[in-house]
Amino acid sequence: MEFNYLTTIIFLPLVGAIIIAFISSEHDRIIKRVAAVFTTIPLILAIYLFVAFDRSLGAAGVIQFEENYLWIAPLNAHYHLGVDGLSMPLVLLTAFLGFLAVLISWKIHVRPREYFAWLLLLETSIIGVFASLDLLLFFIMWEIEVIPMYFLISIWGSGRKGYSAIKYVLYTLFGSAFMLAGILMLYFTTGSLSIMDIANQGLGMVQSVMAPAAIFLALLIGFAVKLPVFPLHTWLPDAHTDAPTAVSVMLAGALIKMGGYGMIRLCVSMFPDVAQEYAQPLIILALIGILYGAAVTLMQTDIKRMIAYSSISHMGYVLLGIFALGQVSLTGAALQMFSHGVVTGLLFAMAGLVIHNIEVRDLRKLGGLVRQVPVIVVVFSVAGLASLGLPTTSGFAAEFLIFLGSFNSTAVPNLQVYTLIAIVGVVLTAGYILWMLQQAFYGPAKEEYNGVKDADGLEKFYMFVLVAVIMLVGIYPAVLTDVFKLGISPIVGLIGG
Amino acid sequence: MNLWLFIPEITLAVFAVLVILIDLGVRQKAVLKWVSLFGLVIAGGVSVTIWRAMGCELPVYLFNTMLAVDNFALFFKILFAGIAFLVILASADYADKFSRFQGEYYALILISTLGMMLMAATADLISLYIALELTSVSLYILVGFLKDRKSTEASLKYLLLGALSSAVLLYGMALVFGFTGHTQLGEIAQAIQAMSLQGLMDSPALLIGIVLMIAGFGFKIAAVPFQMWVPDVYEGAPTPVTAYLSVASKAAGFAIILRVFFSAFGIPEWLSLNWGTIFAVLAVISMIIGNVVAIPQTNIKRMLGYSSIAQAGYLMVGLATVGFAPAIATQAQSTILFFLASYAFTNLGAFIAVIIISNKIGSDEIADYAGMLKRAPVVALALTLCLISLIGMPPAAGFMAKFYIFGAAVQNDLLWLVIIAVINSVISAYYYLRVVKVMWFGEAATEDKVPSTGAPRLALFLCSLGVLLLGIIPGFIMRLAEEAGKVFGF
Repeated sequence: MEFNYLTTIIFLPLVGAIIIAFISSEHDRIIKRVAAVFTTIPLILAIYLFVAFDRSLGAAGVIQFEENYLWIAPLNAHYHLGVDGLSMPLVLLTAFLGFLAVLISWKIHVRPREYFAWLLLLETSIIGVFASLDLLLFFIMWEIEVIPMYFLISIWGSGRKGYSAIKYVLYTLFGSAFMLAGILMLYFTTGSLSIMDIANQGLGMVQSVMAPAAIFLALLIGFAVKLPVFPLHTWLPDAHTDAPTAVSVMLAGALIKMGGYGMIRLCVSMFPDVAQEYAQPLIILALIGILYGAAVTLMQTDIKRMIAYSSISHMGYVLLGIFALGQVSLTGAALQMFSHGVVTGLLFAMAGLVIHNIEVRDLRKLGGLVRQVPVIVVVFSVAGLASLGLPTTSGFAAEFLIFLGSFNSTAVPNLQVYTLIAIVGVVLTAGYILWMLQQAFYGPAKEEYNGVKDADGLEKFYMFVLVAVIMLVGIYPAVLTDVFKLGISPIVGLIGG
Repeated sequence: MNLWLFIPEITLAVFAVLVILIDLGVRQKAVLKWVSLFGLVIAGGVSVTIWRAMGCELPVYLFNTMLAVDNFALFFKILFAGIAFLVILASADYADKFSRFQGEYYALILISTLGMMLMAATADLISLYIALELTSVSLYILVGFLKDRKSTEASLKYLLLGALSSAVLLYGMALVFGFTGHTQLGEIAQAIQAMSLQGLMDSPALLIGIVLMIAGFGFKIAAVPFQMWVPDVYEGAPTPVTAYLSVASKAAGFAIILRVFFSAFGIPEWLSLNWGTIFAVLAVISMIIGNVVAIPQTNIKRMLGYSSIAQAGYLMVGLATVGFAPAIATQAQSTILFFLASYAFTNLGAFIAVIIISNKIGSDEIADYAGMLKRAPVVALALTLCLISLIGMPPAAGFMAKFYIFGAAVQNDLLWLVIIAVINSVISAYYYLRVVKVMWFGEAATEDKVPSTGAPRLALFLCSLGVLLLGIIPGFIMRLAEEAGKVFGF
């Protein structure tokens, strides 16, 4: 039998979490080392899978590294894992951020045992979502994520952490309630829980009649809460702002990508016709998200809240790319998910560092830090520029593809106009990023920040890694787009665009 | 007549008497616990043996078609034996509170278990009523066992309302008997089927009888609007008895409803649609009222009481499915059975954790659970797992149960009901998580550890294990539930 790579990647963090649960909190260093080991191995395996991934054209739409076992016979549910071109980079992204999250958390000293156990469980569930090919398994992984997030935000968070945590949980559960209804409808219209079977055979498997649009919308609400789509976004600024740094990184970097992934994997590829029908209102929502998110970002004074709101704007581009329904735009959307993952991950890491080292999170009070903490400022600036989509960074490649794809797409009428409106968002983004950098880091130095610590070795290490990935994807996006294309072309084939 | 099929019941009766006799002569009261446990193991074991040996040849009728022995009844017999086993394990320390009456306590639990087993097996309205009263009377006494003000009040309330509901039930059964001329469930069904549909529609007697029977059973399963006894009784009764009530008594109620409504009133479709609609309505109001009223509760036993009302609502979604679509009813039945099994583990686990904690801190106020994670980490973790399961979140059993039961409902175009149920699950997350929040983030008044002894710990461990197993690999129990549900196939 072949080695079950995906199972190993998914469950090693869980094993690590269980081991950590048995180590006393006093052995702080051992706990962190265990956590590092149990995230490093999945990362190495994920990189290996990414390298070994078959990129030939014949592999389009083919599931690789598949594992399929009967799980619950009476429900016809399978333990079915596998990755295609769409999910492979996201699995890699999550393993990568999961590993960095442990490094970023190195300075956690409050109840470290529980903290790292939850953090590892979080990684398990997110990778599980990306690798599941069975609806029930997908949903279980999707739901499990809520529990660690709840604890991580409410114990190790800051500000109104209790409120933010419960708000996050209720929003998510509300969304998944609809998603569950959608999955149940899907299950009984098709009699199958296999994501691939349903997508490939379309609703030709239909046994009883249930309006596809109803299923589509129920699923969509679940994913829209997570992405988030305006007007379901209000949990995001609270949760991102109040979560501890590493959790913000996981949340913004990997977790909200589950929404975009779900939309492509379930909504678009199972209901291409319905998707086309509803594309126009969704694109309008995307535009509102882009512009509204950017406008609200401009008004923020809290450094983390600012990055949080910028995520809403950036996820609007993803939504635009998905429902422009073209090969290029979907590829762009997928690339934007990856790019936003690393860029915002880095932004949150840097913001966390600023807050930790300087103990100020109000942008108006910061200023002139470039002389006192040059490393932090330079890296922060790089991340900011990547976020506004400067060429040679991953943000540029992704947004360019989205705009190009949606401008050329014929799937939705008037798309050119919408695209032009969306591009205004880029201007706003440039506005708030530059304003933030200027406000916090440049300008005259302030004396009270003399002697503030700059990044230490470990921090420099993860900064360097993230910057390297951002630049690599920016300069040579084909490293990812070649893979994404394989996952997306069969979906586009269904739309006929 | 094949009397050996009746051994589980005989065993329980014998052991109940045995426990009382031993109580007279033995000073070491712990012996009683072990004797009762032994009796339950035999009863459960024999039921398993019958299932395995005779599974396909069943059903067999006993006592002149008064009782049926079939997979359905056996499923419940095993379930009840298991629940009683866990409850007795969990009351090991608690029982010291009524030291003089320990013998009676264990004996009454065995007798009520016997009553419930009979309830699941009943095939005749007469035996149904006897079994129901046997169960109820022992429970009335058990609820008042603490003999303090609250416990006595609870017992009296339970007795009065229980008697009222029994009367209503009897009245309903009398109407059904008058209408059909039979008390045996199969014969009732034949009599109804022999009538013309028009005749059925024209005469209100049968429907009124059915409505009254639903009212009587609604009391047992604590469905709104027959739930008013729940909060006070749950709060006042000794906690192990509350656990027992909330799980076993409810399961027995559902067993009897499934049996009666499906075998007697399943055909014609017009009839089943009628009672299916009633259950759908009851399901909606039970879920909403149970969940909404649970939110402001400060006492954990009361909160779990209201939560159990909401859970009855989810279960009634299954009953509505049975009524709406008799064609796939066997599947809908098995979803209810599976839900009951997973609910048993979950709710018992929650209550056992409450027993252990309140034994030490002497309070059932949620606020006093603050910082429990530090004081009793294992118990707090298990309670967290059970609460997550009650919400219906994976990987706990509650999720699979809801998935299964709501799935059957969706299949029968009861989507609207499922959406209400799922939204209710979200509401319930609020109050369940509040307890979790207090335990995990609250500042404890003292740092004292909360000790727990072997037997309750073992019970809690078994429940948590059950919750996880049913949540992750539920296939085995689902298959058993399916076999049990098949009994009512057409």
